[in-house]
Amino acid sequence: MELLVSGPSASVPRSRWLLAHAAAAFAFLYLPIAVLILYSINGEGVGGFPPHHLTLGWYRMLFGDGAIWDSVLNSLEVALAAMAISLTLGVPAALALDRAQFPGKALFRRLVLLPLILPGIITGLSLLMLFNLVSLKLSLLTITLGHGTALISVATTEVFAGLQKLDRAQEEASLDLGANYWQTFWRVTLPNLKLSIIGAALLIFTLSMDEIAVSFFLIGRHNTLPLEIWGRLRRGITPEINAVSSVIFLFSLVTIVFWYRLRVRGEGVADVGAELVESAAPAET
Amino acid sequence: MFSRAYKTVVTVPPLAWVAVFLLVPYLLMFCYSFWSVSSLQTIVHSWDLENYQELLQKPVYWQTLLRSMWIAARVMLFSLLLGYPLAYFLSFYAGKRKDLLYQMVVIPLWVSYLVRAYAWKTILGSDGVLNTLLQYVHLTSHPLDFLLYSPFAVVLTLTHIYTPFTFLPIYAALEHIPRNLVEASHDLGATPTQTFWRVVFPLSIPGVLAGATFAFVLSLGDFLAPLLLGGPSGIMISNIVVSLFGAAYNWPLGAAISLGMLVLVVSLLFFSERLEKKWSFS
Amino acid sequence: MTSAITHSAAAAAESGAKPTLLSIRKVAKTFGRNVVLRDVSLEIAEGEFLTILGESGSGKTTLLRIVAGFEQASSGEVWVGAERLDDQPPYRRRVNTVFQHYALFPHLTVEENVGYGLRVAKRPADEIAKRVAEALDKVKMSVHAKAKPSKISGGQQQRVALARALVNRPRLLLLDEPLSALDANLRRQMQVELKSLQREVGIAFVFVTHDQEEAMVMSDRIALLRSGELEQVATPREIYSRPATAYVAQFIGHTNLLKCDVRGGVACCGSLSWAVSLPDGPALFSLRPEQLRLAGTGSSPGAVRVRGRVLHQAFHGATELIRVECGDGLVLVARTASGGALSDELELEYSPFEAVVVRESPERI
Repeated sequence: MELLVSGPSASVPRSRWLLAHAAAAFAFLYLPIAVLILYSINGEGVGGFPPHHLTLGWYRMLFGDGAIWDSVLNSLEVALAAMAISLTLGVPAALALDRAQFPGKALFRRLVLLPLILPGIITGLSLLMLFNLVSLKLSLLTITLGHGTALISVATTEVFAGLQKLDRAQEEASLDLGANYWQTFWRVTLPNLKLSIIGAALLIFTLSMDEIAVSFFLIGRHNTLPLEIWGRLRRGITPEINAVSSVIFLFSLVTIVFWYRLRVRGEGVADVGAELVESAAPAET
Repeated sequence: MFSRAYKTVVTVPPLAWVAVFLLVPYLLMFCYSFWSVSSLQTIVHSWDLENYQELLQKPVYWQTLLRSMWIAARVMLFSLLLGYPLAYFLSFYAGKRKDLLYQMVVIPLWVSYLVRAYAWKTILGSDGVLNTLLQYVHLTSHPLDFLLYSPFAVVLTLTHIYTPFTFLPIYAALEHIPRNLVEASHDLGATPTQTFWRVVFPLSIPGVLAGATFAFVLSLGDFLAPLLLGGPSGIMISNIVVSLFGAAYNWPLGAAISLGMLVLVVSLLFFSERLEKKWSFS
Repeated sequence: MTSAITHSAAAAAESGAKPTLLSIRKVAKTFGRNVVLRDVSLEIAEGEFLTILGESGSGKTTLLRIVAGFEQASSGEVWVGAERLDDQPPYRRRVNTVFQHYALFPHLTVEENVGYGLRVAKRPADEIAKRVAEALDKVKMSVHAKAKPSKISGGQQQRVALARALVNRPRLLLLDEPLSALDANLRRQMQVELKSLQREVGIAFVFVTHDQEEAMVMSDRIALLRSGELEQVATPREIYSRPATAYVAQFIGHTNLLKCDVRGGVACCGSLSWAVSLPDGPALFSLRPEQLRLAGTGSSPGAVRVRGRVLHQAFHGATELIRVECGDGLVLVARTASGGALSDELELEYSPFEAVVVRESPERI
């Protein structure tokens, strides 16, 4: 659509200030992480700048750290389980919001999307009170339930956006050719949602691995990775933390770039942005 | 387009889950706020307004809330100031690089909160990068205290974390502005600056409102950054809640504050949405 | 070829005794490796209604945007009177545009849209109010002054876009396919209104469209653009009755293109032959369907006759188009007044003077 194609027109004015601002903004966004990575290879750990001798020693220490590995495994367990929960509930929720009419639909939509915009403490504490009520001990299970609940909204928004792009005519053609609703769902609807579901899965996984605000209140005896790091931070800084943070950054980077490429394959840039917006705010009717 | 069975399968499980894990907990929180804690550390179902009275009367709660709102307001302002021109630049001037630059803004958003907060801790410490650098170039002679363990540190860190959050809706709004409107404005004699204030900015207001709301609401309820970087002067309202559910053991009072936050946040979202609708013109 | 075109344009301008307003001089435009305009030169006179006609991809919109200022020509210049136009940004040109999709500002009312240019120029408030009211009155949209664009129809939006441009009293008005989004009836109505509006206001209009009928109805002159070059610039009547090339002949109205061989003063095309004063060699003729008549019993002297078999008869209301197979693979299309069904075999005739020689139109990369 030429209307929306942007780019400098013949009358591009001096945008030096904008360029400078953009550069400064990017620097602000990335420098702290760059510092982290730099320190993770700094022989002297945290103190002193500029770093004098570079080493991979902290990474070696990291690999030998049993507690960290345990927490990574815990996080993986939780992330995969949360992914399963969120997708299993989020996909039907998206379908329900897109197609069905039922009493309380507006309330349902707001409730589902609320955990994304609400500070994690509220979600975490309210769930804590629930588990306390039913005498459920805090453990990885409670963390999983917390993540699953909070991240349904991610699954719902991703799949919902995918449904909007789905051509209804395809489903109607399927029905016209003799398939019933179930068959149409499995043969036509779901394959079309493949990209959305994969995208949602990636996002949920990453968010769950990084999640700390809700997990903070639901933690039992076993730590997830962020909580393990947090614990060490409270006790004092060790340079190992720089190393593990750098590794986390790298993994998130790869995952998100991959996720982004996946999405953009099917759509334009602005649409992806719009979805992320939707995923972070209650959607309009 | 639906058979009954299909519709039931699709709506009931999510509804049930949401009812159990979202609605019930909030209701529970509501109930807790009317209960109290006995001297034996047990929860008493007293059903009174004692907690709310305490909140209204003891100044520490009010002061902390106001300080939290002030911090949140600053985070909102700075992330808008950072995020809007960035979004504008990407949308109108980035041309072929737009896609790549967009990814670069989005990536930090999904990288662990903890990692980013911790990074600032290392930078702002008295032994940290910033202080060392400032002394190295002889701008200061000794480490600056206020950099870390202060509201300044909290505002700075939260701005860093939430700027991409503000960027996204603004960028989406700007991208939705048909470019022929900009051309029409130029055609009618308006310079790019005039065009920005008369056409582009008004049409981007819903995005600005959305972004501002995210930044404010999420900053308001934040407790991790204050714990890591806030020090005693940087305590925010959520930290009080955290301690009430921890060492200070007063779940009902904590629930009352949380409920208050919930109500505040939901109201802000509601107003923001109303305003966004009012300013949306497509 | 270019000089011939400018010559005819200049001649037209001179004979109309109207001074030249806009001078497009050897303008070319390339996007990356895509050559969109090559060496276009065109003069537009004061107060004339000129249409730039062409298919999509012909470069017509690009040419308009260069004049408006939204694109920069890769080479060449654009002048208005004695001033160079194309080194100025669009907001300093005394040229206004009516956009294809109207581009009305959704957050402003109709009134505010129309007054936009005046407000930007910081005209006094009472002057703005007066001029806006006048402009709205001219396009018959006064009633909707306080409405928002989303609440009015496409046709109404178009009028507002027109008022918004004209209220600034530009020296030249550019219209980028403004009627293409309207349905057929509304379109015809707007064509008439636009034409009379132009007469009333007296400003030169440069109108871009792909619809040749529209161009014929509205224009003082038509500039036909193909693959970035001007094929012909002439009045509608001239371009119809004396097309310069095969492309023009086919683009404007229907035609029969006859590939002939001239030998010794006689043009031969299959079974057809007639006398011409042309040198030996191949020649291309354009013959309009209405110039092919059903041969009656009384034959006109010198008429060329041909027998053929009716392939198809298409009813077009007042007239019919008949496709006739005339042997040797030659198919002619004739236009006659609507009558009853025709016999399978019939005889057509035409006057050789009506067959117009046209140049080849080679493919352009």
